[in-house]
Amino acid sequence: MGLPNVSGDLSAEMEVDAFRRLFPLRFYERHLSESIRPDARPLGRARDTTLALGAVASADGSALAKIGSTTMLAAIKMEVMSPSTDSPDEGCIAIDFHMPPICSPIVRPGRPVEAAPVVSKQLSDTILSSGMINLKELSLVSGKAAWMAYLDIYCLDADGALFDAALLSAVAAFSHLQIPIVSLNDDGKIVVVSEEGEGGKLDKEPVNKEKRKLTLRSLPFSLTCILHKNYILADPTAEEESIMETLVTVVLDSSSRLVSFYKPGGPVLAYTSAVQDCVALTRQRVKELKKILDEAVSGMEID
Amino acid sequence: MMEIDRADGRTPNQLRPLACSRNILHRAHGSASWSQGDTKVLAAVYGPKAGTKKNENPEKACIEVIWKPKTGQIGKLEKEYEMILKRTLQSICILTINPNTTTSVIVQVVHDDGALLTCAINAACAALVDAGIPIKHLAVAICCCLAEDGYVILDPTKLEEQQKMKGFAFLVFPNSIHSVLPEGSLLVEGEPVEHGIITSVTHGLMSVEEYLKCLERGHAASAKLSDFLRRSLKLQLPSDSSKAK
Repeated sequence: MGLPNVSGDLSAEMEVDAFRRLFPLRFYERHLSESIRPDARPLGRARDTTLALGAVASADGSALAKIGSTTMLAAIKMEVMSPSTDSPDEGCIAIDFHMPPICSPIVRPGRPVEAAPVVSKQLSDTILSSGMINLKELSLVSGKAAWMAYLDIYCLDADGALFDAALLSAVAAFSHLQIPIVSLNDDGKIVVVSEEGEGGKLDKEPVNKEKRKLTLRSLPFSLTCILHKNYILADPTAEEESIMETLVTVVLDSSSRLVSFYKPGGPVLAYTSAVQDCVALTRQRVKELKKILDEAVSGMEID
Repeated sequence: MMEIDRADGRTPNQLRPLACSRNILHRAHGSASWSQGDTKVLAAVYGPKAGTKKNENPEKACIEVIWKPKTGQIGKLEKEYEMILKRTLQSICILTINPNTTTSVIVQVVHDDGALLTCAINAACAALVDAGIPIKHLAVAICCCLAEDGYVILDPTKLEEQQKMKGFAFLVFPNSIHSVLPEGSLLVEGEPVEHGIITSVTHGLMSVEEYLKCLERGHAASAKLSDFLRRSLKLQLPSDSSKAK
């Protein structure tokens, strides 16, 4: 390839795999200078993304999202709680992100993973501040009963861009969510009406007959990019993340407002042009992800 | 631009009074306290100590950050702060000088009256300088607050943070460079080096233009902060030789 650098001489004599292991950064830079990545993607392209709704039958809403081999399983369980006195007509969402030992060789059984609470905090910040869910819709009886939505996301395979996949699975799980039917019993308590009883003998009027689905406003979608020299690599794999350390995660909602611009340190500084390039890449990605989600949702409705 | 009223009578771009003192703890290798108005943070640096933790690259120096809240246990928020601080400090330190060592940075919150994370980053940076840890440049952190009507106010107090604000942006920039070189040689992609973002964390919904506006305000304020940091680090330099290590 006629590049006048030191590794160029070695790379001619060495096997590709050996070169990749010994000089990972040079291996990547050789690819980047040709505007290609080792997995044959152009720099700005994300990996193939698939979405399956309703992966967990026992949950009220669930989704399995795959970006390349990064896999996230999200499930929502709804429970009735009494709302806090500060906001009597609002429900609540509790988000937890889990990284079990099967997801990555770095995770060892019995040890807490550093990244898990951080991703979990980032997810709840993003979902709550995007205004996707109106917490008032989760209210059942003002001041007495409201829904508590427990969203749990399990990382099954951690191959980079964890936050992107986790957010996609979370948004998909919320669009799949079917709120259970509940009714007031004689003691004034909320009880869940079982699905079988729905047919004929309903002795009590359900509280939430119409409100089985949440109206989701402006869905947030994200894209993580690596900044390395003047290159911007969209949707990095775990290998790329470990070699080039500057990560930028941009979250935009479907009307292109900025939900989060997250860059936790890193040796490369982001200048205005890089900020705008990352935002532009994310805009593109939001369109793709929205299409994938719409297809998954309409696929469910046909079934 | 002056239409917005702040409870303490500041203009939107005005920072609270800054104070920084170094070498305040005897046992630590380096320490500093940093306050912005009533927000005060104490940082102590121990190290470099031999060896790195598991899953860290032994060919580089490792930075460990321990966040101590004012009261209570640490939760997810503090874990996130620890991670942001760690990544930010890692990017300003020269990690290849002391390979296979760990430097611990302990951050103790003394009082939180808004802009806590930025205050902690500034304190940690001053403490690293005090401990003599090799760094490429300083990091100056600034908190921008976007009000409902699109105004940007800097360095919010706790009260202002809790008011109906559209969004927040925590930004960290390198310190401005005083150089004998001609101005043009310090430009990267047509922008001065100190305009590059080291760390950015945002909350709330804003348009991309509003974020860029925050960046612009942040740049202006970081120049002031960076001058203050430079001044306060210089002032205490003579007393440094008396420190027993």
